[in-house]
Amino acid sequence: MVAFNLNGKPVSAKAEDGTPLLWVIRDELKLTGTKFGCGASQCGACTVHVNGKAVRSCVTTLGAVKGAKVTTIEGLSPDGSHPLQKAWIAEQVPQCGYCQSGQIMKAAELLAQNPKPSRDEIVTHMNGNICRCGTYHRIIAAIQRASQEA
Amino acid sequence: MNRREFLKTSGTLTFAIAIGAEGARLMSAAEAATAREINAWVRIAPDGTVTILSAGAEMGQGSMTSLPLMVAEEMDADWSKVRIEFAPADAEVYGYVFQNQKAMAIVGSRAVMYYHNGLRTAGAQVRKVLLANAADKWGVPASTLHTEPGFVVDGSGRKLSYGEIAAFAKMPSPLPAVDKSELKTKDRYRYIGKAIPRRDIPEKVNGSARYAMDVQLPGMVYATVRHAPVHGAAPESWNDAKVKAMKGVLGTVRLPDGVAIIADTLPHALGARKALEVQWGKSVADGYDSETTLMKTYAQVHTDPNAKSQTLEAKGDPKAAFANAAKTYKAEFRSDYGYHAQMEPLNAVARVNAAGNHVEVWEGTQDPASSRAAIAQALGFKEEQVTLHQCYMGGGFGRRSLGDYSAEAARIARGVRKPVKLVWTREEDMQYGMFRPQAFQCLEAATDKEGSVSGWTHCVVGDGGVLLQTGIRIPYYQVPNQYIEARGTSHGIRLKHWRSVGHVFNVFAIESFVDQMAAEAGIDSIKFRIENMNATPRTRALLEKVAEMSDWQAPRPQGRALGLSLSDRSGSQGAGVAEVSLDRASGKIRVHKTWLAVDGGLVVQPEMARANIESGILHGLSSVLHERVTIKGGEVQQSNFHDYHLLRMADIPELIQVAFVERDAPPSGLGEIGNPWVAAAVANAVYKLTGKRLTHMPFTPERVKQTLSV
Repeated sequence: MVAFNLNGKPVSAKAEDGTPLLWVIRDELKLTGTKFGCGASQCGACTVHVNGKAVRSCVTTLGAVKGAKVTTIEGLSPDGSHPLQKAWIAEQVPQCGYCQSGQIMKAAELLAQNPKPSRDEIVTHMNGNICRCGTYHRIIAAIQRASQEA
Repeated sequence: MNRREFLKTSGTLTFAIAIGAEGARLMSAAEAATAREINAWVRIAPDGTVTILSAGAEMGQGSMTSLPLMVAEEMDADWSKVRIEFAPADAEVYGYVFQNQKAMAIVGSRAVMYYHNGLRTAGAQVRKVLLANAADKWGVPASTLHTEPGFVVDGSGRKLSYGEIAAFAKMPSPLPAVDKSELKTKDRYRYIGKAIPRRDIPEKVNGSARYAMDVQLPGMVYATVRHAPVHGAAPESWNDAKVKAMKGVLGTVRLPDGVAIIADTLPHALGARKALEVQWGKSVADGYDSETTLMKTYAQVHTDPNAKSQTLEAKGDPKAAFANAAKTYKAEFRSDYGYHAQMEPLNAVARVNAAGNHVEVWEGTQDPASSRAAIAQALGFKEEQVTLHQCYMGGGFGRRSLGDYSAEAARIARGVRKPVKLVWTREEDMQYGMFRPQAFQCLEAATDKEGSVSGWTHCVVGDGGVLLQTGIRIPYYQVPNQYIEARGTSHGIRLKHWRSVGHVFNVFAIESFVDQMAAEAGIDSIKFRIENMNATPRTRALLEKVAEMSDWQAPRPQGRALGLSLSDRSGSQGAGVAEVSLDRASGKIRVHKTWLAVDGGLVVQPEMARANIESGILHGLSSVLHERVTIKGGEVQQSNFHDYHLLRMADIPELIQVAFVERDAPPSGLGEIGNPWVAAAVANAVYKLTGKRLTHMPFTPERVKQTLSV
């Protein structure tokens, strides 16, 4: 059993230590907002925060988060009211939506470090997260909106 | 909720709407309970909630919202009280009419285009029934009443809500007919043409949107699969004992084209997949080499007088046009295989009942009816023995309309007698993909002494039948003498529709070739298309619009140039311009700005359409700059996003501008108008910068450098 904190609550998971955190969160702890995209740290759909840092949960093992604070899209705000979530709706960002949990979690890390990022800083920070629907320009607009309104 | 339950809900007014070849009509509840020909259920509850079923499978394009919105518009519903549910998988009931058949495939940008007339007429009929019932209640003629969102109102300001009417309403018999002339005119639209937010977006920002990948059932186990590395091969044997001895593994199931591993958890199944060693049978694709085929074989097929050819267009006398030509032109183009790369790897959840005679499947599908049929066929069931639960799709782009992976999940669920979630790895999704075919094209043209294009021939060579052929005709140009043909080959590689299908490479070739002629004649690209290619008035309007949007004649910053191309797909047309620069040292192309003028007839939801078209532009740019599947020794060479590159944020243009040209015409398809133009526009801009033509898509840095060095 590995104990950690998930979205503010203590949890323990029975999967082997080497199990990717992604599957522990999704299948064992039943929070399915975090997505499987590539399984190889190539797309960012599985991005969650571990102690405030955005990581790819498909290549982060359960053992590596022992005692850590893990935050998923479900825990970003209690009611979807994080400035990024509001901005994502205002800019009508998602299309298929599958990558967007990861995009928002990656963007939340940026705003926590740098509340007023430039366009270039946004692009540099977000460039590892793939959106096949091509909502990138709306993601940029939503991050800018959230940074202005926060 | 099934049809009977839907109808029986007490205290509600339920409308069944039949859409047939003759148009839409309402049905009474009694009639609907036994009839099959019904569509788009509308249910009005006493509290005023209006439930409208949507046949718009949702993969991000917005049709889940825009189809019910058309019903709501004509019935004058209060949109804030409209609930949307996915329609069940039954094309006879919920389909649109396509080529005299019922279909519910959300493909080819069809959703709004094909449901528009039927759903609006049906909504107008619902409104008439509500008006008639209110008139009856008040004892006044219906003609003295009007509606406001969710209410029937009379001249004195007296109001009845739709919910109140539902509580006492009777379904008139016969049901009121609606003539096309009675549909709302543009000045009366409340929702059509307005910016209405998509209904699926709020749950896509908090993690609650449910994709099939997220479905969890009690007692569910997990499966993954390894398919043949050479398409078409079947498994002969595998190290079954070793795999079954691995931790958590519950069993294996033989599939016609692969081996499934079932385990208590997905990580256990994935771990066992790595240890799985399969001996595969033979396939026609054994030894296939895509590059040799594209570079050599296809050109030989093109010049082979005995090659099988299919005529796609024959107009006038092209031979005479070439014989009498003042000048002739010729060019060849090539394009590689493309992969869908939808972000959600293929997956489905299946549960067979204890008696073994019914299966439920959860899938995100572009075509619920085809999925249901594929599942039934896999299990030897009748379609009535299959219940399909539609889910959101994490991307579709043409890949998800066959139900192949749902059928696999159903086979596995029956094999292990447990509910099962089947998840393909990304590697599986890519290597066992169904690709946009690679293609070789040769175009020739003749101009007369005035410089008008008088003769046109185009031959496309490749595998994939109709997948090669869409977008090869040129209805936007009035060239009098044309011969267009396809020469088919076959390699045993799995192929499929890929957003805008053959338009991707055919429009690339056509619009690069036209630009080449314009450049050689020393005539402006737009002027050449209008005058020398004799563009239709509709096309001319788009060219003029995009010239204005992009300020076509204005000088560009140092090192940048504009390229132009037309776009056409699913009844819509476009004209696009890209502003491009090139780093000669690295061969890297950068697209700075794009402008696209679109004629899609009536645009029901302009903001959703705009987002969808922007998506198409970036999808197009991704395939133009990066995307490439190659096959060697029969095996796909790429395996994940490290070697199949997709457009990333740093690659996007700083400006993506889309404008709709207003035209009084019914809606045409807009989901794929965004990508066909991108390739030629980029190539034409690169020609302006370098004097060299890029003729092989994608324009990877290596290819660009090679082209520049020749």
